[in-house]
Amino acid sequence: MFESLSDKLDAALKNVKGEGRINELNIAETMREVRRALLDADVNYDVARAFTNRVKDKVTDESVLQAVSPGQQFVKAVYDELVYLLGDVHVDLNQAKRPPTVILIAGLQGSGKTTFTGKLANYLKSKGRSPMVAAADVYRPAAVDQLETLAAQVGVPVFSIRGEDGVPLNDAVEVARQAKEEARRTGRDTLIIDTAGRLHVDEAMMQEVVAIKEATEPDEILFVVDSMTGQDAVNTAKAFNDRLDVDGVVLTKLDGDTRGGAALSIRSVVEKPIKFASTGEKLDALTEFYPDRMAQRILGMGDVVSFVEKAQEQFDAEEAEKLQRKFRTQDFDLQDFYDQLQKIKNMGSLKDLLGMIPGVGKAIKEIDVDDDAFKHIEALIQSMTPYERANPQKIDGSRRRRIANGAGMQVQDVNGLLKQFREMKKMMKTMSRLSGKGRQVDLAQLTRGRGRR
Amino acid sequence: MALFGFGRNKDDQDKLEAGLEKTRSGFFGKISRAVAGKDTVDDEVLDDLEEALVTSDVGVKTTVDIIGRIEARVAEDKYVTTKELQALIRDEIASLLLESAPERPASFSAPLPNQPHVVMVVGVNGVGKTTSIGKIAHRYKEAGKSVLLGAADTFRAAATEQLEIWSERAGVPIVKQYQGADPAAVAFDTLARAKSTNADVVLIDTAGRLHNQVGLMNELSKVKRVMDRQVPGAPHEVLLVLDASTGQNAIRQAEAFTEAVDVTGLVLTKLDGTAKGGIVIGISNEFQIPVKYIGVGEGMRDLQVFDRAAFVHALFEGGDA
Repeated sequence: MFESLSDKLDAALKNVKGEGRINELNIAETMREVRRALLDADVNYDVARAFTNRVKDKVTDESVLQAVSPGQQFVKAVYDELVYLLGDVHVDLNQAKRPPTVILIAGLQGSGKTTFTGKLANYLKSKGRSPMVAAADVYRPAAVDQLETLAAQVGVPVFSIRGEDGVPLNDAVEVARQAKEEARRTGRDTLIIDTAGRLHVDEAMMQEVVAIKEATEPDEILFVVDSMTGQDAVNTAKAFNDRLDVDGVVLTKLDGDTRGGAALSIRSVVEKPIKFASTGEKLDALTEFYPDRMAQRILGMGDVVSFVEKAQEQFDAEEAEKLQRKFRTQDFDLQDFYDQLQKIKNMGSLKDLLGMIPGVGKAIKEIDVDDDAFKHIEALIQSMTPYERANPQKIDGSRRRRIANGAGMQVQDVNGLLKQFREMKKMMKTMSRLSGKGRQVDLAQLTRGRGRR
Repeated sequence: MALFGFGRNKDDQDKLEAGLEKTRSGFFGKISRAVAGKDTVDDEVLDDLEEALVTSDVGVKTTVDIIGRIEARVAEDKYVTTKELQALIRDEIASLLLESAPERPASFSAPLPNQPHVVMVVGVNGVGKTTSIGKIAHRYKEAGKSVLLGAADTFRAAATEQLEIWSERAGVPIVKQYQGADPAAVAFDTLARAKSTNADVVLIDTAGRLHNQVGLMNELSKVKRVMDRQVPGAPHEVLLVLDASTGQNAIRQAEAFTEAVDVTGLVLTKLDGTAKGGIVIGISNEFQIPVKYIGVGEGMRDLQVFDRAAFVHALFEGGDA
């Protein structure tokens, strides 16, 4: 039911490909499909419409209409526009010139403020800071207990005011004000103030959070929003921003399967950067926000960047450089291939990895991917001498027989591997030539996002 | 107001209408603007209607369905005035919303078909499960029923404490263990206690979980299975709590929770914001699950039995009708 946007684009572009050109008629049809797909991803209606209009302007440009592969140009135009809308670059938290840095957390009920407060404390602590959290949600039953439990797990002090009967003091502004004093007195460099969830139409509650802001003069105000929010996300974000002039947005519950179109809408309406993405129940499930990854998610393109990052854990920059040079100069041999296989195996389950590659995830959803898939290839390469690995073209009939015997396999298997390897090299040659000239869609550019406009 | 039945009183209707005020001014306002100065339904009107429905989170699929049917009607009748259009839309939306099944009466005072009548409450994180349970407990208690709460959210920090506070407010007993305890065991114990104390209604709270987390969804299925061993047929109801501000992901939630625990009804919370709750129209259309309760505020009484006639009425007519 939730076809990905890229699927829809593909489908819509089939017509275009058949005709070999984009014309106004199929652009209009495609743009309607794109708009519907965006709406299905919860992108705000007005934002979706403005978006498709801009993409339309881009692709009706003469140069695109005459391009060799208008389909890819089309996808790239959509992707570029998405990344632009999500904010080109990642933005860090503000810091006070004189500590403590005060961070105020605000948002609707159930958006995940208290959990995020705990995660942020944990994140800052891991960066060498000494945060303190303050429990200024004095309304929701047991909210103070929840923050106390989280703070204990993280190992940071928590500030709350309870009466003699153990009931929290019913004055959020006072709690926040005293918390700042306490943070200064005890030499904490950061204070995170958790506040009660409130509806933006609840005037009394909005006044309260404004009063907390005035009393504590926060350096950073973060608006926390559930990434599953629908069309209303824009209205709430706008209302909070109008009252508080927030510094950044936090997206929570991104570990669900929501497309998170709300993120796109909020960013483009309130023009404030999204700073964090919260992705799970565990305290360390918090990541800095990257616009390009979100764009890929909304498009249903898979998560190329996470794939690359996993790869980076295995390949250091120098090695990658060497490898790239080998690709270009055609020096890539079977030994290199074998080394790569080992590294891929270290990256984790094959199925998970394939799932991150655009278009592959869905195709293999129902298929069991055998993690031993490389076993035979490995056995064959292991049966080769270093000379053979470096010079696959020198492997003649008798060598093939020996290798097959050594691996306990047939000569046909050796032939198969060598043929595959030749084709792989051919592909590498084509790819490196393409990216070198940068004429067609540059894959590297696509995953890196748009640095400049 | 008696027309709408279910013990609805003037207060409730006012509250619902106040809660829906934003929805109405958005939705109704848009439709009004869409049809202003027009005599007949043309493409432009339908486009504006599409916008009104989509921006209420009704969803593209259901919106296209509704527009398609209206288009067909317009083509058939040749001439439809904009006044008739409003009635048409109202009929269409009302027909997509389902009434609660008789074996799961929505009214708090209605006699219950089982004793204990066991209700399991599920949903993703932060939708308002615990708060809804507190309110439902209060309403049942008010209607003269004995209620027992089961704190099977043993995961989230202080969830049990939160339910405990609600149990004190509503004046109903609670069965609990410690944080990290096996939720199935808590549910099992709660039902044992319900049998021995002859409770009329049992409400089981569960930890919020995202519907795509297979392990946690399996855990939920297990909690449900275990209840049947203690009280055959239990749980008799499984309520999925949805935040009214949720977008199209709610459809996925309904799908996944139905697969895991066979959801019998929906609770739509936080309808007092500007969120439109249009997703329930889409969910009713695609999954045939009725909306049972709606949450329209933070107070103990701010939970109502869902009445589709009143809902659609409030959506279109406003307070003075």
